[in-house]
Amino acid sequence: MSQLLLLASTAPTEINQDYLLQARQMQALSFVVHIPLVCFGIAFPALVLFVEWLYLRTGDELYRTLARRWTKVMAALFAAGVVTGTILSFEMGLLWPAFTASFGSVFGLGFAIEGFSFFMEAIFIGIYIYGWDRLSPRAHFASGIPIAVAGFTGSLTVISVNGWMNHPTGFHLREGKAVDVHPLQALFGNSYFWHELVHMYLAGYMVTGFLVAAAYAAARLRGRWGRYERTALAIPLAVAALCAPVQVLVGDWNGREVARAQPTKLAAFEGLGETRRGAPVHLLGWYRDGRVDYGIPIPRLLSLLAYHDPNARVAGLDAVRADERPPVNVVRIAFQTMVGIGTMLAVLGLAFLAVRWRRKRLPESRWFYGALVLAGPLSVVALICGWVTTEVGRQPWVVYRVMRTSEAVTGAGGIPVGYATLALVYLALALAVAWILRRLARAPLDLAPVTAEEP
Amino acid sequence: MHLYELPLLFALIGLALYTVLAGADFGAGWWQLTAGKGHDAASIRDHAHNAMGPVWEANHVWLIFVLTVVWTAYPSAFGSIASTLSIPLFIAAVGIIFRGTAYALRSGASTVRELSAIDTTFALSSILTPFALGAAVGGIASRRVPVGNATGDPFSSWLNPTSLLIGVLAVVTAAYLAAVFLCADAARLGEPALERKFRTRALAAGLVSGAIALAGLPVLRVDAEPLYHGLVEGRGLIGLISSIVAGCATLALVWWKRYEASRYTAALAVAAIIAGWALAQSPVFLEGLTVREAAAGRDTLVAVTVAVLAGAAILFPSLALLFRLVLGGDLGRGESVAERPAQARSLLTALGPGLLPRLAIACFVAGVGFLTVADAAWAHTLGVFFLFAFIVAAFPAALPPDVLPTPLENPEAEKADPRAGGGSVAKP
Repeated sequence: MSQLLLLASTAPTEINQDYLLQARQMQALSFVVHIPLVCFGIAFPALVLFVEWLYLRTGDELYRTLARRWTKVMAALFAAGVVTGTILSFEMGLLWPAFTASFGSVFGLGFAIEGFSFFMEAIFIGIYIYGWDRLSPRAHFASGIPIAVAGFTGSLTVISVNGWMNHPTGFHLREGKAVDVHPLQALFGNSYFWHELVHMYLAGYMVTGFLVAAAYAAARLRGRWGRYERTALAIPLAVAALCAPVQVLVGDWNGREVARAQPTKLAAFEGLGETRRGAPVHLLGWYRDGRVDYGIPIPRLLSLLAYHDPNARVAGLDAVRADERPPVNVVRIAFQTMVGIGTMLAVLGLAFLAVRWRRKRLPESRWFYGALVLAGPLSVVALICGWVTTEVGRQPWVVYRVMRTSEAVTGAGGIPVGYATLALVYLALALAVAWILRRLARAPLDLAPVTAEEP
Repeated sequence: MHLYELPLLFALIGLALYTVLAGADFGAGWWQLTAGKGHDAASIRDHAHNAMGPVWEANHVWLIFVLTVVWTAYPSAFGSIASTLSIPLFIAAVGIIFRGTAYALRSGASTVRELSAIDTTFALSSILTPFALGAAVGGIASRRVPVGNATGDPFSSWLNPTSLLIGVLAVVTAAYLAAVFLCADAARLGEPALERKFRTRALAAGLVSGAIALAGLPVLRVDAEPLYHGLVEGRGLIGLISSIVAGCATLALVWWKRYEASRYTAALAVAAIIAGWALAQSPVFLEGLTVREAAAGRDTLVAVTVAVLAGAAILFPSLALLFRLVLGGDLGRGESVAERPAQARSLLTALGPGLLPRLAIACFVAGVGFLTVADAAWAHTLGVFFLFAFIVAAFPAALPPDVLPTPLENPEAEKADPRAGGGSVAKP
């Protein structure tokens, strides 16, 4: 019976293609809203737990106050993450019913397992948030550990699905139909997702670390700089500063993995029109007609980075038909933005570590804190650009070289109405989250006078 | 029971739990909306909010569970349902966003006006969402969802007598469940005024939802004949009768103030209706598609079954812990049991001095070597491991000492505590 649906899906002419772009934008909008919240789901519980652990070990009320205030932020962001994540799972059916109908049996398991991670997070976050005054300190600390673990397993299973979409295995196609399906092999026997997972996991800590640190850097620039603010800045910043340089290395590894499995995507990253040996990298510029105009070329660097050999042959966009290439400039600009911001964040992190190493204190210059205030939002930009790079870079395929996105899109009308509605709803959500975070930040600090002194 | 039916059974259990648990949370919104004004109303709203605060997120996840199991195990049915019923599902999704947002905002509200605006948003979305989901179920139950990508009518598939009936029933039963649960909570907390209010509400809502359910049978007879016959003549009758018996028992238990027991009978009354629907409709999933035809391949079904059973082994003890803490009062408005840590230690002993920075550098060098220079997959795995080890080992050393309290020089305590990690953090 499912052939019927596949028939519908293999006849994309029936489907209003005007809606394809809107459906993709709607999906992208939902990701843009959800993914920064995911970062807080991955990293924030661990940071809060670390601060609580400091309290348990030292008995210093400052740590308890900090952990409790962060818990409120975590609760608000988790609630927003729950609902935006729900929208994403609805959209799997609402926007891409033919994708789910054809391949749900292959990739769906990843989300089903993710559901249990989500359960663990929701249950223990409930216990953790409401248990502050009602559980013994040790039990309360222990109740937070499953949240941090579930943040990891959740991203593991979701990214295993994304890895499968980029590198589909574990099934055979017979007359356009997935047969001989082995979901475990498809999701976890697939070697092409670990690099994505590590990249995203580090990104989670970077975004959380830089954003939280940015909030307290802004406080410092406005003159609030007690021990509370210094502690609240130093802990997330230390994490982010260590992750940022490591992310550069992991990003390089990601590039090599992409070169191996998705050469067309790599060619789009770099705007490489022709297959050639000793391929260069261009900084900036604009891709047109198979070449990058106005860019700064660095000869042979792409061959060296991708294959560790300056003369290696790198496949260009001409290796595939024109209708199998992604929109190069979108991918390329997103990629360069991600790499550029990532490099700046790594430099900022190294600057912090150098001051820590040489002077044994936090940096004191105003420019550092100004840069840190920018680093928070920029890290989110880099995160989103990273997802644009990999998702738009996979186009025109929803399942790489198996199913086109145009074959997956819903036949239902009204996408523009849904898109506009969702955009307004997300705007309201963003305003609401901004409002609650300001409220929480303005709540007076409940600290003993001894610890609240100004330096 | 065949393998191809097992995931559907899990999904139906998930749907029943969602209807009962999240339904009660939705119903709490209904009582917030109808609470009126003044001090009494505020106490009703606060009671409704506090009762579901710790649990609503976990309860909500049941919906995700149902979606993921259905799209994994019955992908073609899922694609057909989601595309034809895209409008009610989208409305439900928007309602879910507003609900979660309103919930997140409530802790920041400082004025009565803000609070009432937030509660109203919450309450309206708490009515919209179950209605839309119920209407979608009505479309499936009345066989208005054909197989294919958006092949059904986008409007009449959910704007029809059966959908309206099930949508309204979803809202009313949610209010009924919430009233029963909130009444029991009020009795547990020793709030006689609230207990009285919710007892009246539980009895009224129970009668109304029972009346609507029975009045709906003629509607089904006209509009969804196969479902009607399945319910009153076929296997679905078991569910129908169980629901009626459990519903009457709930009314009696609430009347006699046996609230704890009434929680379970109320839940049973609602779950039995879902079971009845499933039995009445089986083996048909959608018009022209049986459960067997909709099912994915064997490997997928086995994997889903194993994953769900394994997940359940972790999930149910955790859920039991949450509900025990909430219902047992430890997570409600209970007394503070927080105590000072037994032994306060300085950070020096907490993190301890050691060779961590040097270890961190070694890990970093190894990480670069294995991840960046080497090319084999096993080397990359090692490289990632070393780089993560670098972050963990370097973290204590990266915390600037001027943010930490002055350490107490106490080498004795340090030797005595083997748990103290390494790190040169607190050296001034």
